[in-house]
Amino acid sequence: MAELLEFIHGFGGDLFGGLWPLVWTVVKIGILLAPVMFGVTYLTYAERRVIGAMQIRVGPNRIGIFGLLQPLADAVKLFFKETVLPSKIDRPVFLIAPVLTMAPALVCWAVIPFSPELVLSDINVGVLFILAISSLGAYGILMSGWASNSRYAFLGSMRSAAQMVSYEVSMGFTLIPVIMLAGSLNLGDIVESQKDMWNMIPLFPMFIIYFISVVAETNRAPFDLPEAEAELVAGFITEYSAMASGMFFMGEYANLILVSAMGSIMFLGGWLPPLEILGFIPGLIWLALKICFLLFVFLWIRATFPRYRYDQLMRLGWKVFLPFSLFWVFLTGAVLHLTGLA
Amino acid sequence: MAESTTFQNYTVNFGPQHPAAHGVLRLLLELDGEVVERADPHIGFLHRGTEKLLEHKTYIQGLPYFDRLDYMSMIAQEHPWVLAVEKLLGIEAPERAQYIRVIYAELTRLLNHLLFLASHGLDVGAMTMFLYAFREREEIMDIYEAASGARMHAAYFRPGGVSQDLPDGLEDRIRAFTDHLPAKIDEYETLLTNNRIWKQRLVNVGIVNKEDAFSMGFVGPMLRGSGVAYDLRKAEPYDAYDKVEFDIPVGVTGDSYDRYLVRVEEMRESNKIIRQCLDQMKPGPVRHEDFKVSTPYRGEMQEGMESLIHHFKLYTEGLVTPPGEVYVGTESPKGELGVYIVSDGTNKPYRARIRAAGYNHLQALKYMAKGHMIADVTTLVGSVDIVFGEIDR
Repeated sequence: MAELLEFIHGFGGDLFGGLWPLVWTVVKIGILLAPVMFGVTYLTYAERRVIGAMQIRVGPNRIGIFGLLQPLADAVKLFFKETVLPSKIDRPVFLIAPVLTMAPALVCWAVIPFSPELVLSDINVGVLFILAISSLGAYGILMSGWASNSRYAFLGSMRSAAQMVSYEVSMGFTLIPVIMLAGSLNLGDIVESQKDMWNMIPLFPMFIIYFISVVAETNRAPFDLPEAEAELVAGFITEYSAMASGMFFMGEYANLILVSAMGSIMFLGGWLPPLEILGFIPGLIWLALKICFLLFVFLWIRATFPRYRYDQLMRLGWKVFLPFSLFWVFLTGAVLHLTGLA
Repeated sequence: MAESTTFQNYTVNFGPQHPAAHGVLRLLLELDGEVVERADPHIGFLHRGTEKLLEHKTYIQGLPYFDRLDYMSMIAQEHPWVLAVEKLLGIEAPERAQYIRVIYAELTRLLNHLLFLASHGLDVGAMTMFLYAFREREEIMDIYEAASGARMHAAYFRPGGVSQDLPDGLEDRIRAFTDHLPAKIDEYETLLTNNRIWKQRLVNVGIVNKEDAFSMGFVGPMLRGSGVAYDLRKAEPYDAYDKVEFDIPVGVTGDSYDRYLVRVEEMRESNKIIRQCLDQMKPGPVRHEDFKVSTPYRGEMQEGMESLIHHFKLYTEGLVTPPGEVYVGTESPKGELGVYIVSDGTNKPYRARIRAAGYNHLQALKYMAKGHMIADVTTLVGSVDIVFGEIDR
């Protein structure tokens, strides 16, 4: 491995000279984003198949074996469709919005550690970085609602903004006990701190609240109010077509994988195997399995529950989750202080 | 600055092109934030002039129009029409035909309530419910097809009976269906009845008390949801309904949740009725013996001159009713469906009027939605269970 890297660096240095570090970063980003985008496309397929099975229907099974090429067909379709720009929109904002929704979801992957040595940038404030960047996604949705100049889109983006802001608060608070236990904001350190026991066990209520909060945060059912088709047609996506709306969806799914990865790292021990003797399986595979499990739960929830109402959602966030997670932060601190672990 | 600032409510057009508007419902919603100040239902997008068309058709030709009124509970719509024509003629269908009609009317109630569950679930966001309910709907439609040849627009009931007897083995098939239906209803209830989110979305949404239910002309499950045990099948039994036993479920508070529970219970009662009919049914004729009213048998037609003439007259001139006027109301799945016929003694009605339950329920939306949130409007649209074919006619 080290020799291979040596060779690549030597070869790249000869080819690009002083520009090589820059090129190398771009290459690394590419290596990181390719599987993420692959995951995004196949998550759409998985969603349709899993929910199809739960709803006693088949789901896509025509294109390729088991319909495995369906995401590609969808992508081709989206690319070749015309992007309709309604006449009364605010054009620049309208076009920037989908990009702004998708980009943060991809940027966050920079700090996600896949195994002890496999991380794009191992910064010390990884958790903060993710919290900060992922909040930017709300701007994209707000801007899309504003620029669309449509009433459904406007209502949808208003809801979305309120929802994302409220649930980010409780989501942030659920992560604080984890940080307290690990004593670090570095995601790699947080994983290593779970060597003896996954955070899910001492912080089980936090794990549940974290999961529910991210369901709301990513606008997934049963909290998909911003795009509740029964009320607001498609919410903030109403006026978007072709690849523009496709980018919103890609952003949503990328976010979904991201929060599942975060959940696995913060609560399920990241790349650590559940038992020591299973350590021969690479950490990357454990992380992938944990992410897949959380994603499956997302789909499962979507197939099972009716949709929340706006005011009920807000009440749940502010009056239940926030006080409870605050209390848990206090409790964790008290326990750590009294037992002298911190 | 203070003088120039005006606050205006926000008006949203909900339909007729909207994924949650049932059919072609158009609601003008005046919103104050998320709260609905006024919900103004508009009708007429599906007006086909059924009542006028009936004046130009013979009684049998008019019958298929009824399938297309409430196109989600087809055979139940034919029921008042054939009963009204029979009342005009002063005849009664043979016993077996009455049982068959009750079976199919109740199967249709199941069909309708399943769709109610499906679309109500979808409106509130429980998408899986939609596909589960359609599984059973499909079975009922197959039973429709076995008897009448058509999955939806059956045109199965006829003045004086039904168009043909049930084919061999269909009774067993219906019985098998009623055997496993209660388990399926339990399945739906596990998904919804005690689901916290489902309850949060339905309980205390769109409360209508008894007095208001009466004054707004509620009928059927809507009225029973408000706690009034009024059911035409009990109040004025028609066909074989006086020979079967069943209960009338009623609600307590009159909110959307009660209306949902009432309909689920009605499905169980319908199942009971179908089973009783199957037990009590005996072989026998399914058409009235007066062949000036009902179709002669095919075998007789090939040998007897009389039958051939009857057949020819019936399918050209149609049946001729004595002059007079009648009103017959039946308990359709959505409530009282009434048919009023004025006959001038010819082969066509002079005037036919249809009283559809959905019309009254729709106008109550304005009353029920006030002060609720926009998400509750979709709950209410699902809860009143409207089909525009019936409202616009």
